[in-house]
Amino acid sequence: MALLFDLQDVGFEYDGIPALRGLSLQVTEGESLALLGANGSGKSTLLRILNALCFPSRGSVSFGGQRLAPELLHQNGFGLAFRRKVALVFQNPDVQLFNPTVFDEVAFGPLQLQWSKEQILSRVTTALELMKIEHLRDRPPYRLSSGEKKRVALASVVVLDPEVLLLDEPTSALDPRSQSQIIDLIQEWRGAAKTVITATHQLEIVEDIAGRIAVLEEGVVAATGTPAEILSNQELLLRANLVHAHRHSHGSYEHSHPHIHSHSKHEH
Amino acid sequence: MKRGNFIESSVAGFVRALGRVLMSEEIANRRGLLQALDPRVRLMGLFALVLAVVLAHRLTVVLTLFLAAVMLALCSSVSILLLAKRVWLVVLVFTGMIALPAIFLTPGTRVAAFAGGALPITAQGLSAAALLIARVETAVTFTTLLVLCTSWTHVLKALRWFCIPPEAITMLAMTHRYAFLLIDTASQMFESRRSRTVGHLPRAALRRMTARTAGVLLSKSIALSDEVYLAMQSRGFRGEVHILSEFHMKAWDYVGLLAFLGAGGIAVWAGR
Repeated sequence: MALLFDLQDVGFEYDGIPALRGLSLQVTEGESLALLGANGSGKSTLLRILNALCFPSRGSVSFGGQRLAPELLHQNGFGLAFRRKVALVFQNPDVQLFNPTVFDEVAFGPLQLQWSKEQILSRVTTALELMKIEHLRDRPPYRLSSGEKKRVALASVVVLDPEVLLLDEPTSALDPRSQSQIIDLIQEWRGAAKTVITATHQLEIVEDIAGRIAVLEEGVVAATGTPAEILSNQELLLRANLVHAHRHSHGSYEHSHPHIHSHSKHEH
Repeated sequence: MKRGNFIESSVAGFVRALGRVLMSEEIANRRGLLQALDPRVRLMGLFALVLAVVLAHRLTVVLTLFLAAVMLALCSSVSILLLAKRVWLVVLVFTGMIALPAIFLTPGTRVAAFAGGALPITAQGLSAAALLIARVETAVTFTTLLVLCTSWTHVLKALRWFCIPPEAITMLAMTHRYAFLLIDTASQMFESRRSRTVGHLPRAALRRMTARTAGVLLSKSIALSDEVYLAMQSRGFRGEVHILSEFHMKAWDYVGLLAFLGAGGIAVWAGR
């Protein structure tokens, strides 16, 4: 598989506070990667850099061999092609839902990419059906539940049929059923040979959504490996604040040990 | 609500307004005469009638238009009680206060007098006040009918047909969308503060706390606007707004438009 993203020694700061501190990472085409890290580890910032919404203060990010820079994104040809290929679903759906109705929301991306009216109508209808939200078509976003908002946010990028999907905490604040449906969707995209990069701190879903994990710790990649390798490394997970030391007692003896709340396989 | 809590009471007022907006969307989804028409026809037709109200100089014509507004409300499943409470009473109080001096100050035939003849009421004064009140009541009733029978999203889409720049409409739509989000956030902030406050705070402390809350809300709104802009960029926004219209005019819509324009034209001619 060809190299898609190549990040070398990437640094980024918010008002002088470092978010990424010399991060290096490679992502190949068709790969499903989970960015695993505690809150504040730099996952969301990394996704924004991969989506060329912000650019590193040091180091470099390349996409398909081309170094991402503001000037390149402003070029009509590359800018439109990149936005068509790489899509980001934000963690907070309220950020992403700025249009008056669900239909307008899903149609926003295709309109900006200047597709024909017929193509837009057909693709929006398909995306609404795929996300099972046709009945919400004319509803304003502020009248939707959290799960429905998340589905609309996903539909608004699925409509573009992107080659690369960047998902920021896609299952956070969702009920178990909605979580399961979104995991099913990610698995479908994996099956369709799309590149899926998911930022999460939920250990229990990573085996289902990714073939490789990159653990982020204080703005750098602390480790990469298969889900089995990473999830079995208790020391790494504890250090990266992904598991907590669970205190309990055995009679008069009280002690603590790392504790994962993971239910990766259920048989019913 | 205490005087010192004026911002909190304002936020509560906004939340109530939000509830009313949601209720008006429910009316917009009912079956009715206005709801059956294309939103562009509603916008253009009711605007024509408002214009006719403003241009008509005869009280009888304005009252006829008022009667037409009431009939339109009844045919569009809008409660007369709702109109009376939300529109007619409020307009009567405010316009009445403005019109009151005209009753005494307009020269003409004296019909009654107060304060031993120092405050005479003239027929012309009464007529001018009645015309002003009737005009405002009728115009506001037509405007309220448009707002109640048309969802905000359709009003915005309809505006696109009247040469309003798409950038202005997008700004309006986003302001409407995020105003609700920020009002909700502000309301939750005040609720959260109340849940952690015991007893009454001194006025000065209350003012400081309100100022801090306003500052935090402002910071949140700035952060939110940055995030929204990034989300727009992510989906290909490059400074130029592209929009899609889904409206289709049917024969019934053309009949409705002709009826509105015809009624407006006749009212202007009869009321000149």
